Amino acid sequence: MIARAFLGVLRRDLLLAVRGHSELVLPLLFYLLVVTLVPLAVSPDAATLAGLAPGIIWVGALLATLLSLERLFRSDFDDGSLDLLLLSPAPLPVLVLAKVLAHWLTTGLPLLLVAPLLALFLALPERALATLLATLALGTPVLSFIGAVGVGLTVSVRRGGGLLALLVLPLYVPVLIFGANAVSAAADGLPVAGQLYMLGAFLALAASLAPLAAAGALRITAT
Amino acid sequence: MWRGERCLFRDLALQVHAARALHVRGPNGCGKTTLLRILCGLLTPDDGQLLVDGEHVRGADPRLRSLVGYLGHADALKLELGVAENLRFAAALTAAAPLPDTGATLARMGLSELAGLQTRHLSAGQRRRLAIGRLIGGGHRVWVLDEPFTALDSAGGELLSELLEQALDAGVGVVFTSHLSSPLRAARLDVLDLSAAAAS
Repeated sequence: MIARAFLGVLRRDLLLAVRGHSELVLPLLFYLLVVTLVPLAVSPDAATLAGLAPGIIWVGALLATLLSLERLFRSDFDDGSLDLLLLSPAPLPVLVLAKVLAHWLTTGLPLLLVAPLLALFLALPERALATLLATLALGTPVLSFIGAVGVGLTVSVRRGGGLLALLVLPLYVPVLIFGANAVSAAADGLPVAGQLYMLGAFLALAASLAPLAAAGALRITAT
Repeated sequence: MWRGERCLFRDLALQVHAARALHVRGPNGCGKTTLLRILCGLLTPDDGQLLVDGEHVRGADPRLRSLVGYLGHADALKLELGVAENLRFAAALTAAAPLPDTGATLARMGLSELAGLQTRHLSAGQRRRLAIGRLIGGGHRVWVLDEPFTALDSAGGELLSELLEQALDAGVGVVFTSHLSSPLRAARLDVLDLSAAAAS
């Protein structure tokens, strides 16, 4: 019964994301635009850009994720579907996990897939590419998990977008630091195992605690 | 139960029996929806308790959740999904085994011809029918319905009354709010008037 509910939620959220094209494409376009603006504003010089590339790519990914977070629970809250989730006999954290997974598959994964293009665009050294992908693969799910807690807390607030950013961005800082730092180190030919382990630890922590916290937050806000 | 500075109801005790319907009445804003959400465990009352089969349950207790089928005043349908997809998703969230037959449910609710459509193309009344269809075959012991007759045409209203009578025959307990005077046969109908239960 739990697996059925999990798959049901996952399937529905993926279908909704695919059918509401804008939700899928908008954060991605935003990401591409933000990153392409930097060479225009700073300098088209390859050496300058290569130094900035890890930070730009990571900040872009962070902001694009933030832009897409609201849809995790907002529409469910607005149309009453959240009540269905809250009243399901399946454990709410499991349903939240399915929603976060769907969110990552439709936001984090596309960001990961266009990252090589942006790395090329910003003249990131080739040897840092594998690390960039590894940090994004470990880091973007953490962004989705932490975001779920933030959205769970703010979903009942009208126009809670600003509040959500204030709540969630400080929690994104460790992921940003270790992610961007690992890519910089890799570009300089330094070992990055330490940073990757830290990101892996963040992911383990977020995956085990965030669904519980988000479920608790949803139960509170629903009242 | 307080909302802001206003007390909606206090010292209120009620029982939902199997095979009996409870019609909650009262003017707008008297707390009907609040009361129904408390019964489902979606809201925690400021004071008081909820008992299932004589056992105390807290708001989000899984026992309560597998017991109650809830129809809120919002339809809780995804407009981007197909009509049948909406039913299948809701069924996947219940403890029902086997899963209810969506084709049969749609036929029962008079929506068979619309099965392939996206839900956004349905009228308000048709969406209400679809939302009600979610309860069929869900295996719930109690149905909690918030203004289920809203937006339904007269045929839809009769269909719902018939559906409720059948649920009562099957031993389901029904709690609903409605401004209609008596949508169900009086023999198994209790009425709770909340305007009398309010106190400053």
